[in-house]
Amino acid sequence: MPGPFIEDARIEHARKLADEIVNPIFDLIRRNTTVSTERTVLRFFGLSGAGARGVPLANLMVDKLKAAGVLNKGAAYWYGRALQLGAKSPLEAVERLTALPTEKLAPLSPEQEHNLREEVRAEARAALDDLKARIAQREELRKQFPMPPAPHKYVIVATGNIYDDVDQARAAAQAGADVIAVIRSTAQSLLDYVPHGATTEGYGGTYATQENFRIMREALDDESRKLKRYIQLTNYSSGLCMSEIAFCAAYEKLDMLLNDAMYGILFRDINMRRTFIDQYFSRRICALAGIIINTGEDNYITTADAYDAAHTVIASQFINECFAKRAGLKDWQLGIGHAYEIDPYREDTLLLELSQAMLVRRCFPDAPLKYMPPTKHKETDIFFSHTYDVMANLVAMWTRQGIQLLGMMTEAMHTPLLADRYVALKSAAYIHRAARGIDEEFTVREDGKIANRAREVFARAEQLLQECRDEGMVTAIGRGHFGDVKREETGGKGLDGVLEKAPDYFNPFLELLEAQ
Amino acid sequence: MVKPSKQIIRPYGDRRDDGVVQLSFTLPVPLSEKAKEAAAVFTKKMGFTDVKVAAAERAADAYTFFIVYARSSVALDYAEIDVPEVVVKKMSFDDLNAFIKEKVKRRIVVFGACTGTDTHTVGIDAILNMKGYAGDYGLERYPWFEAFNLGSQVPNEDLIKRAMARNADAILVSQVVTQRDVHKDNSRHFIEAAKAAGIHGKVQLLLGGPRVDHKLALELGFDAGFGPGTKPSDVANYIVHALLKKEGKEPKDAHYQGEPQ
Repeated sequence: MPGPFIEDARIEHARKLADEIVNPIFDLIRRNTTVSTERTVLRFFGLSGAGARGVPLANLMVDKLKAAGVLNKGAAYWYGRALQLGAKSPLEAVERLTALPTEKLAPLSPEQEHNLREEVRAEARAALDDLKARIAQREELRKQFPMPPAPHKYVIVATGNIYDDVDQARAAAQAGADVIAVIRSTAQSLLDYVPHGATTEGYGGTYATQENFRIMREALDDESRKLKRYIQLTNYSSGLCMSEIAFCAAYEKLDMLLNDAMYGILFRDINMRRTFIDQYFSRRICALAGIIINTGEDNYITTADAYDAAHTVIASQFINECFAKRAGLKDWQLGIGHAYEIDPYREDTLLLELSQAMLVRRCFPDAPLKYMPPTKHKETDIFFSHTYDVMANLVAMWTRQGIQLLGMMTEAMHTPLLADRYVALKSAAYIHRAARGIDEEFTVREDGKIANRAREVFARAEQLLQECRDEGMVTAIGRGHFGDVKREETGGKGLDGVLEKAPDYFNPFLELLEAQ
Repeated sequence: MVKPSKQIIRPYGDRRDDGVVQLSFTLPVPLSEKAKEAAAVFTKKMGFTDVKVAAAERAADAYTFFIVYARSSVALDYAEIDVPEVVVKKMSFDDLNAFIKEKVKRRIVVFGACTGTDTHTVGIDAILNMKGYAGDYGLERYPWFEAFNLGSQVPNEDLIKRAMARNADAILVSQVVTQRDVHKDNSRHFIEAAKAAGIHGKVQLLLGGPRVDHKLALELGFDAGFGPGTKPSDVANYIVHALLKKEGKEPKDAHYQGEPQ
């Protein structure tokens, strides 16, 4: 463990501040639901298909309920009503409901209401058991083919075609990758639906669909058996469909998800309320499914300067952790994000990067941590770029990062060539092999540059947390405290998909997940 | 004009005119002696001699990565290379921000939207949003741009009104849907509205979309057009240079790398 630098009491204090920041947001979360939350409920019941022109059935039904002004009772309730009307399948339930003017449905007696909810709860329990059984299969495979020690080497594929992605993912696994991320198509996070089926055309990436998840996981299961080493799969639970993606990923046995409580607000201009509500349900699903989340604080220092904004990363990490813990996630599931992004033409950057990474490690000793490579100051001189990445690898090893996204020497140019991944994996394997245990061998002096810088950054993070506590999170974001981006509570995309829950709102999955 | 004398050059490895180049590439075959020979043959077929396959690495089961050194007998006359000197290099994120700070001395205000009935924000988001496109940051992320993305289905008049309220330097119109040339009709309508508002010829009006090119944009009355594959940095560079030209801080005929043609 590299140095204490900071007293335990102050770290506890930072956690307490984060808790107080997050508190009022939970009032909002408890009082409201969203269209994507309700669509997730329907997906849990097996409504994963698509209707005419590829519109997902979950959207069809939720839009209908919303238009009728009754969605605030919860989609699960109306699903139950449809079943009572004699629907024999989820598809039939949609048809019955979308055919009927819902407001014309006769009210039920209290007893009927009670029975309906009990029936739907029973079905929800069965759906969750089914999901758990699928997760258990994944756990079995992981046990059979253990993963190598951390840092887990994480690489990206991004062809736009899921079948080409499979070829590249297999190649990367054979070259030593531990985690495969399939980058999503540009701006998918702004779609208020999850596209359906296998896709072969994307822009800058491949659409996240349940079928694409299944295809890739099946290929990686096969590769894991061949290599006798479990290969993890990750995707993006961000944007307007956080919880739906989380469900699809859980169902298709993904291992990780990019999932941040604030990324959508700051970087995709998604409405604040919508994001806070959606992230909660999505994280509840991740908690159950044993999915490791990756938070996105690395993004702050690609916008703002990495040296000046170092404390915003730490402050946000405490807030993200608090949101995550309240959604039931355990320490081992917190891939708290940060990055090696300080301008390489400054003096002492290796010491500064070590300081920052050690500070994150100090604050979150039991979390795997997700370390991102340099991107902002990358150059098209691939030889320099490669050296630059190697330094990040060394810091990752030294500070025991759990998950390390490997830098690509062609970062500043194009999506990685197959050989770029190979070169990155070979050199990362070398650094990991060469430097394992380096943190045990060297003690960082408490009066040196590394410790002093860590104390300075932590003090500023504490101050920022204090400000967020005093002003409230909404104001803090409005003032551009994170990533230099300013957002307003009622601005951004997706606010019209937020609904206040009716007093008799019903969501059996939320009940069950919260009781886990 | 007197033609400059010949200046024959070839790549320099460690001796003048040795013609040494380094190559790296991947062949979709498993690593083997045959694969190495294939790499050598491939290099020779490109016209190289003295081929040395320095490294042949198993990049995956069915892919081999090669690093090859070889000589080229190709030479060229450097005196004949003709590049107009006025061409300014396309500037990177940091350089462009520093350039705006130095030359424009204030933040450049940009408004954008997908106007008319078009609901597709993919294009305008790729250019304006923080995240950007293909690793190229969007204008929102440039500290020296103040970018406003109004989203989709924005009436042309609204976009113009809101841009005028903030004294915008540039307005970006994105048009994705092209059925029955709706993108052209809507674009013409935008230009009419801009003329009515008195900003045509004053505020930079930019058009973008998968079926847009510079020529079409000019025909429709825009200042520039950007087609598929455009990166936010292309648009950012254009706006800065156009603004400097308008303010007389850069010659009207100055050209720069990557300008819309």
